[in-house]
Amino acid sequence: MTTHLAATVLGHDRPGIIAETTAILAGLGLNLEDSSMTLLRGHFAMTLVCSGPVPAAEVEAALAPLADDGTLVVTVREVPTEDVPATRGTSWVLTVHGGDRPGIVSAVAAEVARVGGNITDLTTRLAGELYLLVAEIDLPADVDVEAVGAAIRAAGEELGVGATLRPAEADEL
Amino acid sequence: MSAEQDQDGRVAAWSETELGVEGVVRDVVRAPAAVLSTPGADVDPCAAETVRLAADLVATMRVSPGCVGLAAPQVGVSARVFCVDVADHPKTRTHHGTFVLCNAEVVEASRNEKAREGCMSVPDLTGDVKRATRVVVRGRLPGTGEEVTVVTDAFEARALQHEIDHCAGLLFLDRAAGAHAIHPRKTYL
Repeated sequence: MTTHLAATVLGHDRPGIIAETTAILAGLGLNLEDSSMTLLRGHFAMTLVCSGPVPAAEVEAALAPLADDGTLVVTVREVPTEDVPATRGTSWVLTVHGGDRPGIVSAVAAEVARVGGNITDLTTRLAGELYLLVAEIDLPADVDVEAVGAAIRAAGEELGVGATLRPAEADEL
Repeated sequence: MSAEQDQDGRVAAWSETELGVEGVVRDVVRAPAAVLSTPGADVDPCAAETVRLAADLVATMRVSPGCVGLAAPQVGVSARVFCVDVADHPKTRTHHGTFVLCNAEVVEASRNEKAREGCMSVPDLTGDVKRATRVVVRGRLPGTGEEVTVVTDAFEARALQHEIDHCAGLLFLDRAAGAHAIHPRKTYL
């Protein structure tokens, strides 16, 4: 029976982590369906969803050698199949930047959640004293976008950061 | 020759020697400085302080490696003045050499393209930004206050829009194409 698995690999970066991880998964006959891999403050961070007829415990055991030197943490969990719903609202890109301090993401995310908006992708970067957040957001069709933007800007102002909300443009070809 | 081409010629012929003052190199401010997020004020292009600012912007741009444009907020002045010089950049097609514009605005824009931008005021990040590759920009020359129209394309068009954004209190970060459109800078000039 085909199962969906979510695997995470986190830890000290070095060349070869992606090659080794995916080789093991391919060797088990698993299909990589979605993945996100990046460096966060120099730490390697990978999350991937794969599918195949292999139990999670067996996959985790097969990946365990990756963590042998103690610099990586590897986890594998079974996850239910998710249907990706078509968005019925509107898509927006939110940029927030300013001086770094705790609470910026939570304050902004709270304003999005308050109106039933869904953050579908989010990246934050700390560059020197500059803290930057860029998020892609789906807002319900009946939401007053100007009011949401004003609420986000007001939340940002309390933290000393500025916010820009604009439509996510897609080029239909 | 059309009126627009004639005005282009005036901008192309312009150089900072017309200002009659020696520019002083100023410190370039970096985000999160508040001045970079504040819309700049309109200026009197004929005022002595505007002429000095114009000369300082050009002088600061000249000594900054890889710098193809600099706006007043980047030297800590919340005003709608910027300089541009993309003459030596490999992505340049049309260009007008070195020039300074006051109170400039984009009056026509077409043919959007996405490209990666950096900024001296955001030295550690770059970002993918969609901008028009053909623009008509109207502004005034410092010193004489003449209204000029610049018709340009490609990299000069991008540089003009980036600097006009600075004058409006916007960074390229505010125009990032999405959550994966911002990248740590890998090479520094």
